[in-house]
Amino acid sequence: MQDWLYSDVVKDHFQNPKNVLMEDEASWPCDGRGIVGNIQCGDQMLILLRIKDDIITDVRWKTYGCASAIASTSILSEAIKGMNINEAYKLKPQDIVSRLGGLPSNKIHCSVLGDKALRSAIDDYLTKNGKPGLAGQEEVEVICTCLNITDRDLEDAYKAGDRSWEELQARTKIGTACGGCKERALEKMHEFEHLYGE
Amino acid sequence: MNKRIYLDYNATTPLSDEVKKFYFTELELYANASSLHEDGRLESKKIEQARSECASLIGSTSGEVLFTSGGSESNNMVFQTMKTVSKKNGRKTIIISAIEHPCVIESAKQLEKEGFTIIKVPVDEHGLIRVEAYRQALEKDPLFVSIMTANNEIGTIQDIKILCAMAHERGALFHTDAVQAAGKMKVDMKDWDADYATFSAHKIYGPKGVGALYIKKGAPIEPLIRGGHQEKGLRAGTYNAPAIAAFGHACLCAQRELESYISLTKKLREKLRDGLLEKIPNIRINGHTEKVLPNTLDVSFPGAEGEAILLHLDLLGISVSTGSACASGSLEPSHVLVATGLGPELAHGSIRFSFGKYSSESDVDYILQNFPPVIERLRKMSTLR
Repeated sequence: MQDWLYSDVVKDHFQNPKNVLMEDEASWPCDGRGIVGNIQCGDQMLILLRIKDDIITDVRWKTYGCASAIASTSILSEAIKGMNINEAYKLKPQDIVSRLGGLPSNKIHCSVLGDKALRSAIDDYLTKNGKPGLAGQEEVEVICTCLNITDRDLEDAYKAGDRSWEELQARTKIGTACGGCKERALEKMHEFEHLYGE
Repeated sequence: MNKRIYLDYNATTPLSDEVKKFYFTELELYANASSLHEDGRLESKKIEQARSECASLIGSTSGEVLFTSGGSESNNMVFQTMKTVSKKNGRKTIIISAIEHPCVIESAKQLEKEGFTIIKVPVDEHGLIRVEAYRQALEKDPLFVSIMTANNEIGTIQDIKILCAMAHERGALFHTDAVQAAGKMKVDMKDWDADYATFSAHKIYGPKGVGALYIKKGAPIEPLIRGGHQEKGLRAGTYNAPAIAAFGHACLCAQRELESYISLTKKLREKLRDGLLEKIPNIRINGHTEKVLPNTLDVSFPGAEGEAILLHLDLLGISVSTGSACASGSLEPSHVLVATGLGPELAHGSIRFSFGKYSSESDVDYILQNFPPVIERLRKMSTLR
């Protein structure tokens, strides 16, 4: 095909996903398990990790999801093999998207499922081993540069029940200076609905 | 991959060979159909010829056919007209079905903002209007009802004649979006007695950018585009005479070929449906089993997500569409499937196959051979199985 919807890298990982688990989850004993997503929005992601001395030695994943979710998790699974869990925890969705040769902006939120599931699996491993979780250690993105409001602030606001721009502003004061961050902030809210929506 | 298998005829059709040939000839003519000279008169004659061909397909008189730029314009025109009608008779309620095309839903929403009350009548699990709910809605003495003849996604066909009679009993005007119905089933304005109906050329092997609005003799109508005497002052703008002529020719062909079209697409639809049911476990055929367009097969594949299915089919050279949210970049799956009561997994995992006059048995054979492994693979990697 001359011109496909997404990049060649996405196409390749979509057609030949790496480290995907085709069998039942129970067939692959693991040290850490993370599952995120929302069937209402059309996708769900499971990541299983084998970890030795805080190094990710192997990974498997399963998904009910679209081509972007499949490709981004496939490439993520390749990237984290041999990686220290602290390093893996800080992987940013943007890193994965750039490795994929980009995704259309309305598909970015499909690619965040993989790294959310990864962090959840790492936290699961740490909890099982009596260690403190790494929540809060992920890289943050400053959304509102005027008032230094990050995606984590927005995530907290989402979890507290905010849905609209006005609600976000009332709570965090985001965008009350130049207002240039509105579009990005609403994109992030879209992601959170994807992850946590009813 | 050499040849593509196009099974998205409900999205749009190619120009048929016959229409294409006709259209190319028409494109040589360039005069303004409103001009008085011979060149203009010739174009004007072509338009009137097309009007009579369109009228013949839909069972109306020529005088009841107004040419527009397509289905969306026709639908918008009817809704906008209702503002004037409302001022005259004081009625403010509009009934639509829950499975209308977005241009009807959005037109209704706009009127809602302007003070109208919109009632969305629900459908049953097959996509048929819930008649009791419709009857109750009609008790509000609505101004106007708009219910599509056949649904673009699941193919379910409503009994327009009865729904229209019920609306008329309550003194309401009745419109039907018949864009998907024309050329696929018998459409008869005189028999149905609708006040308005919408048609589009590019769903019946004609060109894009041209359509029609049927307006029953005497039914109120207001122009959407003003500033010219064309179409009795109801639709300003220089005539796109070649496209209108080609639309007329497409209507002529559609009427002539209706029986062979129905028998071909019905056969292919049933072959694909039976083959999928045989080869893929746990699937659901959406829409009504009998009251359904002969060419439309909508299927849900639990455990597999629609955009991923669509793109695998795309890589196999097969063009289809899906009700998945991911395909549109939104979070909501198809409002049509949701209205029929499908849960998110079935709605996101739906694929619409729509056949057309150039579809063949070998297309179905190719799908039945290559498609089942796609579902098997997606299900194996799915968290839901």
